Amino acid sequence: MKRQANCGSAAHEIARRHFLGLLGAGTAGLGLLGANRVLGGLKEQNRRVLVVFLHGGVSQLETWDPKPMTKTGGPFRAIPTKVPGIHISELLPKTAQHMDKLALIRGLNTHNNDHSKGYYQMRHGRDRMPGLDFPHLGAVTARGLERPQSPLPGFIRVPSGGRGSDAAYLGPRYGSIGVNGKPPVNSSRPATLTEAADLARREFRRRADERFARNRHSGPFATDSGKAETGIYAESYDQALRLMAKRDVFDLSHEPQRDHERYGKHDFGQHCLLARRLLENDVPFVEVTHRNYDTHNENFSFHLEQLGEFDTPFSCLVQDLHERGLLESTLVVVMSEFGRTPKINVRYGRDHWGKSWSICLGGAGIAPGTVVGKTNETGMEVVDREVDHGELFHTYLQAVGLDSHSSFTIGGRDFPLADPAKSPIKEVLS
Amino acid sequence: MDIQKTHVEAEHAHDSPLISCRFSPSGEEVVFGAEDFHVHRWNANADRKVSLNTEAWVRALAFAGKDGPLITGGYDGRLMWWPDPAASPKPIRTIDAHEGWIRAIAISPDGARLASVGNDRAIRLWKVADGAPIHEFEGTTVVEDKSIGHESHIYNVAFHPGGTSLVTGDLKGQLIEWDLKALRPKRSWTAESLSKYDKTFRAQIGGFRDLLFDASGSKLFGSGITKVTNAFAGVGNPSVVEFNWDDGKQLNEYLTKPKLQGVAWRTVLHPDGPIIAAHGGSGGSLVFWKPGQTDSTHQVKLPQNARDLDLHPDGKRLAVACSDSKLRLCLMEAKAN
Repeated sequence: MKRQANCGSAAHEIARRHFLGLLGAGTAGLGLLGANRVLGGLKEQNRRVLVVFLHGGVSQLETWDPKPMTKTGGPFRAIPTKVPGIHISELLPKTAQHMDKLALIRGLNTHNNDHSKGYYQMRHGRDRMPGLDFPHLGAVTARGLERPQSPLPGFIRVPSGGRGSDAAYLGPRYGSIGVNGKPPVNSSRPATLTEAADLARREFRRRADERFARNRHSGPFATDSGKAETGIYAESYDQALRLMAKRDVFDLSHEPQRDHERYGKHDFGQHCLLARRLLENDVPFVEVTHRNYDTHNENFSFHLEQLGEFDTPFSCLVQDLHERGLLESTLVVVMSEFGRTPKINVRYGRDHWGKSWSICLGGAGIAPGTVVGKTNETGMEVVDREVDHGELFHTYLQAVGLDSHSSFTIGGRDFPLADPAKSPIKEVLS
Repeated sequence: MDIQKTHVEAEHAHDSPLISCRFSPSGEEVVFGAEDFHVHRWNANADRKVSLNTEAWVRALAFAGKDGPLITGGYDGRLMWWPDPAASPKPIRTIDAHEGWIRAIAISPDGARLASVGNDRAIRLWKVADGAPIHEFEGTTVVEDKSIGHESHIYNVAFHPGGTSLVTGDLKGQLIEWDLKALRPKRSWTAESLSKYDKTFRAQIGGFRDLLFDASGSKLFGSGITKVTNAFAGVGNPSVVEFNWDDGKQLNEYLTKPKLQGVAWRTVLHPDGPIIAAHGGSGGSLVFWKPGQTDSTHQVKLPQNARDLDLHPDGKRLAVACSDSKLRLCLMEAKAN
């Protein structure tokens, strides 16, 4: 009879995570157990993904698909961009100057007006279904574009705390680590622990691991999975130690004061600056959230406030990635859980709307200056090239060189990277 | 006048939601701005409407004196002068006055000057007669070791009846008195109850949706929303705050009873005493207070959200711009048999 050190149950997973601690569990885990099938067509060029998530549902009419001077258009005007013929809302004047590096999807229909379902659709590329869970785009990216030698997590969310359970079958190794503009929690040696004591502790752990491994590897209960699990324990600690040595990656005080001022000293400005720092350190997936756009009331005043805060740091980030030669290898996506109703409600608000809305993307693998899809005069219907979240998910993966129709093989089972019933939006890919 | 008998006397159905309204100085017309990028002059007696193409939403409306032109301030940053529409429904003057949305305009007591404010945080003075710029207040100025200036969108402006001061109020509840002789700020203070940073929503909500003085200039009134618990749903209560002008001290905060949800979009002071506000949020209402009595004495429910209000020169009627595309004329007397 085999000794099953890890039964794979949720209870076991929780116990193991507790043992490893927050940090260790976030940087190593069961993902290594899966035999890694070589992904067809994988082009490992150290590509990476930046998602800017506009939480609450940004209005497509006040951003990427303005309808000026119509009954649904609201009071704001459309302005020309760096690309002749493409106009976006006047609330994004700085972003407009980078339109030659960006592209728009204006025919998005996600058939959903619910926040939580929308978060899932847009980040996981599927509809949420009872009993099934699919990994977040960040987890898929972290796994697909894994940097085995990197001490940094593959999927970082800003701002967020702790780690997310968003990697589904890929395992916690590829789940998100949340940071709030500071190094991850538990990533420094406690002040009460001397360096000598810490070194002694590590040595004791190393020797205990060795003894444990000897029994597993050569004793009567030795198994392949046992060897792998021992390796996970050891690696998780090693990765945690490497990350502790890289804590300064998360420390914005290393950035020039001039950049702090350019990006803005408000939260979103600082988070975009941190995103730049993380991408420069080759983190495969960074998600920055800006909130809140759930403007059922006074949509126009609030979008003026929020997009005023968004426009400068976002455009700084695009510009800096471009100037530093990173944009061509970094996919940039600005998304929400849905758009907002073209019809203006009685409180000058716009409500939830998934039927005809837009996202912006650019950088790696994206044909700049492209607009795919079209809505009608009032923005109520998609009239050309309707797409959904599943197609977007394929597109993101293809853009960073992953074959979105391929699968991860884990525990002998194939798990498609994206919804097999969907395909990428080829018109927006370069 | 009997405010307890206030009722909708007449209504004009437009084809676009209304956002603003004013009576003409004679009271013969009501002008109203709508979401159709026009301002409309409606003569109720003749049932005649002339549409003025502002090419922008207009919330800022003012007549420059008894015989002066109508001046509009648009979300596009333009001021427009409009003659009597019998001559031509075309503007006689258009000025690019602000970067973006003009939130409010005001006419000086002598009718000679126009003040405009907006999201660019500039306060500009213009000659009504020819639109020539007079002065611009912008940025911050140090006054007695204190830096004074608006740090958020300026929502409203009012001339003091004495003609020597101007007051502006912003999104964050800051009020600034500007000395029109010295052409510099004089003092600033904050109406705490009319603005809030919603930590969940991560946005500022509130601001002065209206600012006005009483006839003597001894009291300043500001209106808006208070006690906000949910900014993105507009959950808060309409409020009118009264300040003593000399020292800026808050004297009263007028609230609704029973409590209503939403914003007090405009307030008028009736010559006989009542303070009257138009409310919109979860439905619309006219709200009446007696000076010094902070609970409302009467509330009239409207079929839809009110967005603006004006008092007829006869003191008996109110014009109310509503979100359901209707302009409502309300009579503050009993219905005729």
